[in-house]
Amino acid sequence: MDLYQEIILEHSKRPLHAGLREPFDAEVHHVNPTCGDEVTLRVHVSGEGQSAVVADVSYDASGCSISTAATSVLAVEVIGHGVKEALASYLAMKSMLTSKGVDPGDEEQIGDGVAFAGVAKYPARVKCALLGWMAFTDALTQAGVDISATSTATPASATSDNDTTRNAITHNAMEDS
Amino acid sequence: MSNVALGAPFTAAESSTIRSDFAILSRTVRDEKPLVYLDSGATSHKPRQVLDAERAFYEERNSAVHRGAHQLAEEATDAFEGARETVARFIGAQPQEVVFTKNATEALNLVAYAFSNAAAAGAMDGVDPALAARFALGVGDEIVITEMEHHSNLVPWQELARRTGATLRWIGITDDGRLNLDDLQTVITARTKVVAFTHVSNVLGTINPVAAIVDRARAVGALTILDACQSVPHLAVDVAGLGVDFIAFSGHKMLGPMGIGVLWGRYELLAAMPPFLTGGSMIEIVTMAGTTYAAPPQRFEAGVPMAAQAVGMAAACDYLTALGMERVTAQEHELTEALLAGLSQRPWVRVIGPVDGRDRSGAVAFVVDGIHPHDVGQILDDAGVAVRVGHHCAWPLHRRMGITATTRASFAAYNTLAEVDVLLTALDRVPVIFGTVV
Repeated sequence: MDLYQEIILEHSKRPLHAGLREPFDAEVHHVNPTCGDEVTLRVHVSGEGQSAVVADVSYDASGCSISTAATSVLAVEVIGHGVKEALASYLAMKSMLTSKGVDPGDEEQIGDGVAFAGVAKYPARVKCALLGWMAFTDALTQAGVDISATSTATPASATSDNDTTRNAITHNAMEDS
Repeated sequence: MSNVALGAPFTAAESSTIRSDFAILSRTVRDEKPLVYLDSGATSHKPRQVLDAERAFYEERNSAVHRGAHQLAEEATDAFEGARETVARFIGAQPQEVVFTKNATEALNLVAYAFSNAAAAGAMDGVDPALAARFALGVGDEIVITEMEHHSNLVPWQELARRTGATLRWIGITDDGRLNLDDLQTVITARTKVVAFTHVSNVLGTINPVAAIVDRARAVGALTILDACQSVPHLAVDVAGLGVDFIAFSGHKMLGPMGIGVLWGRYELLAAMPPFLTGGSMIEIVTMAGTTYAAPPQRFEAGVPMAAQAVGMAAACDYLTALGMERVTAQEHELTEALLAGLSQRPWVRVIGPVDGRDRSGAVAFVVDGIHPHDVGQILDDAGVAVRVGHHCAWPLHRRMGITATTRASFAAYNTLAEVDVLLTALDRVPVIFGTVV
């Protein structure tokens, strides 16, 4: 199966930038009620407006290989990058994951994230791959960053709920009764 | 105590015949792999006989039951009430004690709301005060559940406690996945008004000692509600023998249609209970000033009922009866023993729940060392094996067992030993792919 790319297994075994660090501007806790996976994620932003930079993302995650690896890739892709660029990565990642396999992902924009292209073929796992990214955009909002441009630019094919950015503790849509 | 009545498992020829009744079992998944469906605890497949019964209802006598005087209305009503009789017979009950609901969750909510609705002014007028008192719930009263409940037999009681001011208490679980009966005397007390518990755990597979709990509940005058979703499809269930006051189960887990469940209750209790959902069908006399209600079971069946699904559920009862419930139990028991034995040979697997077949049904949950259940399920799925992963709507149970989630295989009458082998073989790929076992 093409889901478990070596790069995903590697990130899941040794997640990069893991652990909670200071300083931070916002901390959020997201849960996937389907499986009980959770992530606590902190974001530290430096600068303001167009020049704002994601100075740090630190996290404590408990979850499956897909969610752990995706959060690791997220940290790699956004730390030290402009907020605008980080949000573009989020959109590119989300677009690929919700494209049902149509969008292969752009390595320029999401780096190791392209290894997750296979996840798009398994709708039940898209939530896993997005857990950390949803937490990240939520944390940016909590930190006072305006991500409204991102929300309105949500790809039409997106099946995930934007509600996840609404609260600090948020449940993804896939309910496990 | 042995709740498992052992007949003989199905022969290969019998299994083959049974499987041919389920068209879906011959389909392939994930690149032409034969489907190995081990998720019947979530929902079972439905045999041709059930689908034919539903189709025949729609094609031959479709009409709104208990309304109209035309011939179709009469035939539809006969079919619906005939289905009620069949379902009642299947569980050793009287037809007027069988209420059709949307699902088991609604059945459990129906009972929970009877308690809070009973507090409304006039709700219990005309009811024998001693009986009415059993539904009176308030501060100082206690509701008892267990730590192994499915959310559907947990959240409604939490909510009832919140609405009434009553206190929710629960019976704990032992490390090997059985109810801690040492708790019985201390948890179920004179303050207990309700004891709601599951017959068979949907995660652990544990068959609970109903008699011991009912004896204690009766001794303190509490009403008992049994979640029978995981027992009715797999064991011969006789309500009289169980001694509980209510049972709830669903059609879709017992080879029947989705969208239908059953609440069985002792008639005198149903007759004392205020309605849950109100509207058409459930009334006696309606004026602009007020309404009186029909007798049970109609009192609890507001709106045009799911007649086609009732007919389908009755067909499922007939199908299981023809197979013989003792043989269904024996078949699933054999599969459970085989799976438990196979898992016990894999030191990197830990079964969550009883590790032997004693008083145990065919839901087998397990964890694989160092690998998340979602990943386990994904690898099994790649081999065509459908299992459930997650907390199976029993989050507190998982928390109690110190885990976030499990992988669960669950059986139905149509499963075979060969399928257990496919599962075990596919499972062996898991630690290889994730590099946890060299």
